[in-house]
Amino acid sequence: MKFREIVHSTNLDFMGMRNRAFTFSALLVLLGFFAFIMVAFGKANLSVDFTGGTNLHVKFLDKVTIGDLRNVLMDNGIHDVQIQEVSGTKEFFIKTKIVDTEKEKVQDKIKQILAGRMEGKKFEILGSNMVGSTVGQTLKKNAIIAIAVSLVGIIIYIAWRFTFVFGIAAAIATFHDVLAMLGIFWALNREMNILFITALLTIAGYSLTDTVVVFDRIRENMTKMKSKAELGNVISRSINEVLSRTIITSLTVALVIAALLVLGGKVLFDFSLALFIGVFIGTYSSIFVASPLIFLWWKKVR
Amino acid sequence: MLKSLKLRAILILIFLVMSVIYCLPNVIELKGTWKKYLPSDKIYLGLDLKGGMQLLLEMDTAKLLQNMVDRKFNAFKDAMIRDGVRFLELDKKENALSVTIRSEQKEKLYNIAGKDFPDLKAGSTKAEGENLIVEFLLSEKELTNIKDNAVHQALETIRNRIDQFGVSEPVIVQQGDNQILVQLPGVKDPQRALELIGKTAQLEFKLVDEEGSVRYTGGTVPEGDEVLSLKARNRDTGITTTTPILLKKQTLLSGELLTDARVKIGGEFGNEPYVAIEFNSEGARIFDKMTAENVGKRIAIILDSTVYSAPVVRERISGGKASITGGFKMDEAKDLAIVLRAGALPAPVKVVQNITIGPTLGQDSIRKGIQAALLGAIFVIVFMVYYYKHSGIVADIALFLNLIYLLGVFSALKATMTLPGIAGIILTMGIGVDTNVIIFERIREELKLGKTVRAAIDAGYSKAWLTIFDAHVTTLITTFVLFIFGTGPIKGFAVTLSVGIIINLFTAVFGSKVIFDWIIAKYKPRSLSI
Repeated sequence: MKFREIVHSTNLDFMGMRNRAFTFSALLVLLGFFAFIMVAFGKANLSVDFTGGTNLHVKFLDKVTIGDLRNVLMDNGIHDVQIQEVSGTKEFFIKTKIVDTEKEKVQDKIKQILAGRMEGKKFEILGSNMVGSTVGQTLKKNAIIAIAVSLVGIIIYIAWRFTFVFGIAAAIATFHDVLAMLGIFWALNREMNILFITALLTIAGYSLTDTVVVFDRIRENMTKMKSKAELGNVISRSINEVLSRTIITSLTVALVIAALLVLGGKVLFDFSLALFIGVFIGTYSSIFVASPLIFLWWKKVR
Repeated sequence: MLKSLKLRAILILIFLVMSVIYCLPNVIELKGTWKKYLPSDKIYLGLDLKGGMQLLLEMDTAKLLQNMVDRKFNAFKDAMIRDGVRFLELDKKENALSVTIRSEQKEKLYNIAGKDFPDLKAGSTKAEGENLIVEFLLSEKELTNIKDNAVHQALETIRNRIDQFGVSEPVIVQQGDNQILVQLPGVKDPQRALELIGKTAQLEFKLVDEEGSVRYTGGTVPEGDEVLSLKARNRDTGITTTTPILLKKQTLLSGELLTDARVKIGGEFGNEPYVAIEFNSEGARIFDKMTAENVGKRIAIILDSTVYSAPVVRERISGGKASITGGFKMDEAKDLAIVLRAGALPAPVKVVQNITIGPTLGQDSIRKGIQAALLGAIFVIVFMVYYYKHSGIVADIALFLNLIYLLGVFSALKATMTLPGIAGIILTMGIGVDTNVIIFERIREELKLGKTVRAAIDAGYSKAWLTIFDAHVTTLITTFVLFIFGTGPIKGFAVTLSVGIIINLFTAVFGSKVIFDWIIAKYKPRSLSI
């Protein structure tokens, strides 16, 4: 019987690569920790969802440069302002820490300034997003709690279905993924918003699926194991056995997300980008982080 | 074997038919008798897809408490005067009243408090020579009661206003202790909606202090007076100006006694919109008395501390009808009538979050989201058929079932589709593919071991089952957390993904197995195209 195969029967020594993988992962996690500290100090591209402030999405009909726009706004009392151009369009995101007060709405103020000072330039406000700082604080807190709670839930479930060691290994791998994505996103200076948190948790779920599939095979093969000395081989073999599945799934999911990335438009771009990066990290971590951890842990037990 | 196959196939078909029926209203408009017997709920489009606004309002509880203490203060004062308790001083505190009396009147005072004010708790007392200072605290229970009631009342009031404003499918729910979440899909004029919702709508009538205003020019406000601003629009230029106006602090009549308010056109300037209001019998009596006593004087009509007009009372007005003029535009007059009819908010609300999405952006998003979903689906379908050949078709059928079921469940639940929701559907497809890949790879392994087609399929499914189950449950855990901690579109994403995952368990494992079993039973193949 002949099958179409991207990956033929492999016999790679995954356990042998674990030190290189751990070094790589340690760097990723360090970057993630650093990013986390930066986020905590507000030195990251956080969306108004978390910081409080106003974000306007403005579309011009005539040509306008970021410089013009910034000058006009700064000259009229809006000093803290970040402007981002949506590439390939005449659309801009205008972000400021100012929020609406009872007397004045930020959107109105900016509208007035633009209408008054950018003579002859027609524009339309496509959307606006005003979040008070208290709301932002709550969101930040909720996001951290959500990530923590899902990690705990995962450890409990996997510990129950497998063993505690597997649960911890899966949780560490998941944590690794979350930190790595945070680090990469921070390094790319992409905006972190609510959708980014959603992407983080989605990837946590996806990466776990991957890990569980590999773990399942390790467990199956471990029952046939005669001594613990074979553990390294058993783990490597298990990964090899499910490798074609892992690669095919990651490829199809990545393809689907790529469609979202290319066609999803600017609103979904950062979200899709996070998912896209996450798929690769999640796949990597189930093979190179979660499984070697089992190996290390069991060696210690012995 | 055959019988069980038939039953399983029928189950899948029943679900399919039901899903299609529930999906129908999204595609075609049902008419006549069809409408009577078939479901007619559509999948709602969320704000991010349709455009509209989302507001998170926070009740000003401090102000609320202050209003409450003010009211108690007046009532307590009246009660003491009525029962002849002579008091030296009556003070308002943050959530308490303090009364200074002669010691011998203590008994009487406690009587009043016990009888008329069960919600006031006697706190500390302090003797000061012959005098006694007694503090009455608003009880903890009363405080929570006030807050709860206020939020409920605000919710009701805002709902009334929005109903009359004419937004379809609004969401108005309480969030946390003192917050209200309002979603208005499809609102074209967010500014107007915001003003309508945010208006406290406290209507008051107060006397203009003409004599005082002579002295006021000196800078100090006479005792018992206050300064508010009078808003006036120039009829020719349309420019609105505000000028300070001096009023007597005492409220002669307030909006609680209103029974109706509507827009009329006419009056002094011929074709100008104004708001005609009507009072209930008590309001009419007070209005009658107020106008009778103040002929020739000006009475200010105040809404939320802004004076809209201050006409001179020419004669006593009976019958409880009055009008508010002020050079309104039609929309303004309409909104004013709405807030007056719907009643006042118990305390001012502050907008802590305001997300407005223009309809064009929404249209754009939905088009792009659907395009991406379609392209993703095509990738997957083509790949599965390429890689797993005929078995790939089985997987594609399972995927298709998953999608139809998902849309059916969404229509039946009247769920709201959001942008992350579309992403959730795309991810569900990814998971669906994954499930079939896990199964197919297992079947391949079994075939490599030399098993027969039937044995390989059975073994593949049973061995893959636990793996798939574990993988699904772990994903469900994260979506569950997202559902609990997420808001708005995130919740939508969590719902889509979890429903999709559960359906996937059924379609990818149960559904595709039925197809394989059917093929085996019918064709008894010796080899499998996988």
